[in-house]
Amino acid sequence: MTTLEKARQRAESDAKTYGYFLNPDPEFLQNLLEGLRENEERYGYPSCPCRLASGKLEIDRDIICPCDYRDPDVAEYGACYCGLYVRKDVYESKAVPPVPERRPLEKQTRSYAFTSQPTAEKEPQVATTSAKAPSEIRKKLWYCRQCGYVVFREDPPYVCPICKAKKEMFAEISVQVAEQG
Amino acid sequence: MNVVKVPGKIKTNKVFIYALSTCAWCKMTKQFFKDNSVEFEYVDVDLCDDEDKDKIKEHILSFGGSLSYPAIIIDNKTLITGFRKDKIKETLGI
Repeated sequence: MTTLEKARQRAESDAKTYGYFLNPDPEFLQNLLEGLRENEERYGYPSCPCRLASGKLEIDRDIICPCDYRDPDVAEYGACYCGLYVRKDVYESKAVPPVPERRPLEKQTRSYAFTSQPTAEKEPQVATTSAKAPSEIRKKLWYCRQCGYVVFREDPPYVCPICKAKKEMFAEISVQVAEQG
Repeated sequence: MNVVKVPGKIKTNKVFIYALSTCAWCKMTKQFFKDNSVEFEYVDVDLCDDEDKDKIKEHILSFGGSLSYPAIIIDNKTLITGFRKDKIKETLGI
């Protein structure tokens, strides 16, 4: 069982590693940590307390805290989507802004497992937002052209966790199996 | 779907919130309406069953929004995504 204290320690340690601060409002922070603890109990991993998780690891991977969107959000807005991690200036000003959702809509809709059949009256939008089964998610090998970090996921990260290179610096590794005979 | 009604003195607008039980911004939003004595209803979407979740998804998307919480729907026509205090105050005239 994950305790609140464990969730706090993990967040503090991660903030320190990446040069971030935790939310300056003690009550708000407590609520976020409580949400993370609850999600870890519920799903087996600490998915973002402010996003709807599907409960399927493959689908929720990008929103497990610290989520894929944290680094670009802190860089652009001074805080991550839920407000757990903040930049030094935001920590000092104590004014954490609401951060718009960066997670693509296509991924958001996957959390809604039950997919209704699109009817003739509905907008075509419905067809494009239907949930994908976990088995349809195709993972690939990506490498950071700057530092060589390799990751096996659906998409490369927004920012390389090792050298902080941007997503564009990642390239797919194509594996070829040649039969020799 | 478990809709919770929180009574308040101000009932000028119908305020409905799709929230998550784990979300700190949603808690803050609920508290904001309580502090301002605005009557509202809410549903914690993460505690709903799959069928209800899907209906909620379609409802939020019908406003053209992203699936972010809190999704605050005022008078069943205006969607405010996230705890945007100024936008809420402006829409409700409080």
